[in-house]
Amino acid sequence: MTTFVLINVTLLVILTATALTISRMRALYEATMLTALFSLVTACLFVLLDAVDVAFTEAAVGVGISTVLLLGGLSLTRSRETVTPRRRRLPGAAVAALTGGTLIYAAQDLPGFGAADTPVQSHPITDVYLRQSQEDIGIPNTVTSVLASYRGLDTLGELVVVVTAGVAVLLLLGPLTRPEDAGWRKALDLVDYRVLRVVSGLLMPFILLFALYVLFHGDFGPGGGFQAGVIFATGFVLYGLVFGLDKAQRVLPKAVLWSLIPLGLVLFIGLGVVSMLLGGSFLDYDTLSPGDPAAGQHLGILLVEAAIGITVAAVMTSVFFSFAGRRATR
Amino acid sequence: MIRSHYVFWLVFALMMIGLYVVISHGNLLKKLIGLSMFQVGVFLFFISLGKVDGGSAPIISEGVETYSHPLPQVLILTAIVVGVATLAVGLALAVRVFEAYGTVEEEELLERDQDEATT
Amino acid sequence: MTVLDVVSGVLLSVGAVFVLSGGVGLLRFPDFYTRIHAAGITDSAGAGLILLGLLVQTPSWETGVRLMIIMLFMVLTGPTATYVLAFAARRDGLPIWHEGDGRR
Repeated sequence: MTTFVLINVTLLVILTATALTISRMRALYEATMLTALFSLVTACLFVLLDAVDVAFTEAAVGVGISTVLLLGGLSLTRSRETVTPRRRRLPGAAVAALTGGTLIYAAQDLPGFGAADTPVQSHPITDVYLRQSQEDIGIPNTVTSVLASYRGLDTLGELVVVVTAGVAVLLLLGPLTRPEDAGWRKALDLVDYRVLRVVSGLLMPFILLFALYVLFHGDFGPGGGFQAGVIFATGFVLYGLVFGLDKAQRVLPKAVLWSLIPLGLVLFIGLGVVSMLLGGSFLDYDTLSPGDPAAGQHLGILLVEAAIGITVAAVMTSVFFSFAGRRATR
Repeated sequence: MIRSHYVFWLVFALMMIGLYVVISHGNLLKKLIGLSMFQVGVFLFFISLGKVDGGSAPIISEGVETYSHPLPQVLILTAIVVGVATLAVGLALAVRVFEAYGTVEEEELLERDQDEATT
Repeated sequence: MTVLDVVSGVLLSVGAVFVLSGGVGLLRFPDFYTRIHAAGITDSAGAGLILLGLLVQTPSWETGVRLMIIMLFMVLTGPTATYVLAFAARRDGLPIWHEGDGRR
């Protein structure tokens, strides 16, 4: 057994054990902590499977934002689950066993893990993405070039989904739903946690700087718009948690935040329309810099990643503010 | 067979645990946690399809010949962000359900709805 | 096997031993406050020694600078996390374990 297989199996076994423990746990705060551990081990597995961009995103999104949102939801509802009666467990177990059995039976036809002659690897598009992207675009990180240029329309659709989710959360938990709460402010008592305040204040500019670095460095290493937006939002979540929500909302007023949510989307769609007006098709970045298509692609990818970063950061921050600003009715 | 397919079987086990939690447990928040476990299983399955033995991350650099496939990674990157967006909406809905009914347990919600329907 | 390889191997193994001891301590210690000590060992000694072992092996200076920044970040945030945990537990009134008490 090679080292790779050993590490792979160990991490997957840790994941399965964590999943089993989460499913049996009735104390939901503890289950949330284990879910964060789950996401972190998954990020390690992604690195092992050579998906460094995905590992980055999973670590930032799954461990950071997901945990904070779950904790926010738990603080606004009940945090202890009732015992599942036996008659409820049986249908679930039967469905899971049946589906699992079907999947394992069907997986016999799958090509082996890591084989180099699978239909995935031998499709001509692989050569386009890995070799021709160097001539067309010239960016070392092929994941960024595929995400922002070759499959740019998918990314636009996903940005729309993120904006819709942000608007949905604002409609459900925003200030319009309970106007009588308008002046309510939670008294935050973190004045004794001096070390935390000093260290957080020290780290805030570096977190935001790191987000910008990830955004612009996404062409040469793992990174890009999504990771940058999430790290940016994490900085503001930290600020809001340590210094209080009203201070955080004085730094980022609601009007500014809410107008940033559609701004990235409008930038993205605007870029597509501009490239159409310049003679190409929708989101054809070649036309952005006449005479030098590679430079046009660079410019287009930069603008698209910036648009994604702006929208994702604004959506995640406003979702956190909505959860944190909601007064618990318990 | 085991040598070449062990990853897929372990990942299917993860997916099934998540599916079981979504179906069997009544607490809405626990269902959301189970859903995110199921999603992670799907992501791992997808990315393991793109991996090549002896390859490296699909960032073109000097001296590397084989790269793992970038397309599954692009699709999963999108899926992760969409997953957390739906988690946010699901949690917001659970909070509103709690404020309206006083509980997030599915059984109690159904009882309360049926009581209101009959009275 | 140059001297650098041996040094980095020793540093990595000692760091791994510290991480393992932190994990064992997390399971075996009787009280929340003592368990925080064990977790702190993993963060400071374990991670620090592993990063030092990797630092000895870096091919270029820019990777080395990145590793040092990571070490600085861990030195800054690890003790803060354990401090906040212990302070919050104390404020909440979690009792300190004394000799002869049962395991908490």
